[in-house]
Amino acid sequence: MGKKILLEHVDVPGIQTLEVYRKMGGYQAVEKALKSMNPDEVVEEVKKSGLRGRGGAGFPTGMKWSFLDKKSDKPRYLVCNADESEPGTFKDRYLMQRIPHMLIEGMICSSFALGARTSYIYVRGEMMYVIRILEKAIAEAYAAGLLGKNILGSDYSLDLYVQPGGGAYICGEETALLESLEGKRGNPRNKPPFPAVWGLYGCPTVVNNVETIADVPWIINHGGDAYAAIGIGKSTGTKLISACGNIKKPGVYEIELGVPVEEFIYSDEYCGGITEGRKLKAVVAGGSSVPILPADLILTTANNEKRLMTYESLSDGGFVSGTMLGSGGFIVFDDRQCIVRNLWNFSRFYHHESCGQCSPCREGTGWMEKVLHRIEHGHGKMSDIDLLVDVAKKIEGKTICPLGEAAAWPVASAIRHFRAEFEEHVRNPDSCLKKHLHREAALAH
Amino acid sequence: MFFSESRIKEIEEIKKRYPEGRHKSALLPVLHLAQADHSWLSVDLMDEVARLLKLEPIEVYEVASFYTMFHLKPVGKYVIEVCRTGPCCNVGAEELIHHMEDKLGIRIGETTSDGLFTLKTVECLAACGTGPVLQIGPEYHYHENLTPEKFDQLISELRAKA
Ligand SMILES: Cc1cc2nc3c(=O)[nH]c(=O)nc-3n(C[C@H](O)[C@H](O)[C@H](O)COP(=O)(O)O)c2cc1C
Ligand code: SF4
Ligand code: FES
Repeated sequence: MGKKILLEHVDVPGIQTLEVYRKMGGYQAVEKALKSMNPDEVVEEVKKSGLRGRGGAGFPTGMKWSFLDKKSDKPRYLVCNADESEPGTFKDRYLMQRIPHMLIEGMICSSFALGARTSYIYVRGEMMYVIRILEKAIAEAYAAGLLGKNILGSDYSLDLYVQPGGGAYICGEETALLESLEGKRGNPRNKPPFPAVWGLYGCPTVVNNVETIADVPWIINHGGDAYAAIGIGKSTGTKLISACGNIKKPGVYEIELGVPVEEFIYSDEYCGGITEGRKLKAVVAGGSSVPILPADLILTTANNEKRLMTYESLSDGGFVSGTMLGSGGFIVFDDRQCIVRNLWNFSRFYHHESCGQCSPCREGTGWMEKVLHRIEHGHGKMSDIDLLVDVAKKIEGKTICPLGEAAAWPVASAIRHFRAEFEEHVRNPDSCLKKHLHREAALAH
Repeated sequence: MFFSESRIKEIEEIKKRYPEGRHKSALLPVLHLAQADHSWLSVDLMDEVARLLKLEPIEVYEVASFYTMFHLKPVGKYVIEVCRTGPCCNVGAEELIHHMEDKLGIRIGETTSDGLFTLKTVECLAACGTGPVLQIGPEYHYHENLTPEKFDQLISELRAKA
């Protein structure tokens, strides 16, 4: 069993309540930070921990915090990104639902470190019941003097609010999220300026993922060095992996970074292997936006080394033979799954979710969806395959926000690794493994 | 009257979550309340929200139309939203969606003639490990690990309740 930082007490009855959470050692980090540390010392521990953003990009959290414009005399904000909508990702919902106080404790500690006096948790609107759980936990924290004026008798005060989204994947992108929190359409902003300088209401702002913030109390309690001692190299600490698809035990697992991918898929401690004795065909390791890898390349790198669940090992080989840890949304495909149909589904998703501001993204995602639709439905041409690669290439790097890349990478990687399956669809449309599902209207717009 | 007195008070409380002059931030939470009370957002209702939040009506329309959760046309008593994204499709969502359409005798986007059910598809609900999954408004309860049989049972229960 690996080290557990976030989920150690997840099965304790009543852990949702403040009383039980405190009994299990909860809110000690708030006490420690507010009574015996200054904000810069907290930032320093987070820097030492090597913690990297758990929302997808893996940017070092301590460094992000130190970019916050301290010279500005405007208020500063911490906004928690709980928009979780990347297909395959369901770890933040699990954490908030099961141990809401862990996120709230993290928000208090992190807001203190950043000098924020008002902080928001932006939760995707579909998770109404999670919002109710969080609001209840926040009310408990206020009543116990852990939020509000002069927390635990210190001179630090903080107000914490939950904000619902309205159903839009793009609002997970941090600047779109800020626009949405301001009561507008979720159109990503041009960067720079970055949120650290120009964020919520034009004030210095840090946006962090739920899991990132939930890691902070442990780092305060045990020190950044202790956190950095877990994991391998620059992949320190633990990571929540939400595993789904054709595996025996889908669910949310906390792993020490560094577990071999093979062990993660096949051992009974984690996914328990492929369902119904089928064969592993492919894996999307970090949410739908990262490149898909076929079975051999997800288990071992191109250099024949065992692939590990770390940022570095998963991206070994770049986009030619590697992928990314991303958000930890681990989607497993068995040999009954059709790669073309799956890619069409993802392309449809990105087209649907494009905010429409930049033409390469707006038009390109629609074009890819259309071409994939015709290949999947038996009307494709051989030249369509290269056309897809070309369109994907023309989106990359030419858009305001990374949704463009998120739509392009899956296309490029699926064709790189599974070209034969696309060609077979063109040559022999009846070869599709999911032929029986070709009923048009259900998935159309 | 679009809102009860207690709703108006609730809206005033929500406005206090944001700094002075930033009450526009209350728009999404208030639209959710408006929809909970009226099941969909008519132009008159959106105009009332604009008035309450001291916004131009266009500021409300452009936001309501951007987010998929807001219904700009009348919907049935129960809005059934089933996930259609990749991971759920790997574990049977497409077969389920076909079954749902057949069971209710409507296609995605339509409402049953008794006004009870509206069928919609949504994107990944962050429940991919327990797919196929659907949620039912107005409460947005999740129903996970769905099978055609479980769906039929759910429909019977809702019919009995209505
Ligand atoms: C299209 C798009 C969707 C995103 N969705 C999410 C999301 O749902 N949750 C999240 O935490 N980060 C998401 N991100 C990443 C955020 O922009 C941001 O990097 C992250 O919240 C920063 O937090 P972290 O440093 O703690 O990871 C998304 C990015 C893009 C481009
Ligand atoms: S890349 Fe796509 S989603 Fe991002 S800003 Fe441009 S159009 Fe919008
Ligand atoms: S794909 Fe259906 S919940 Fe994620």
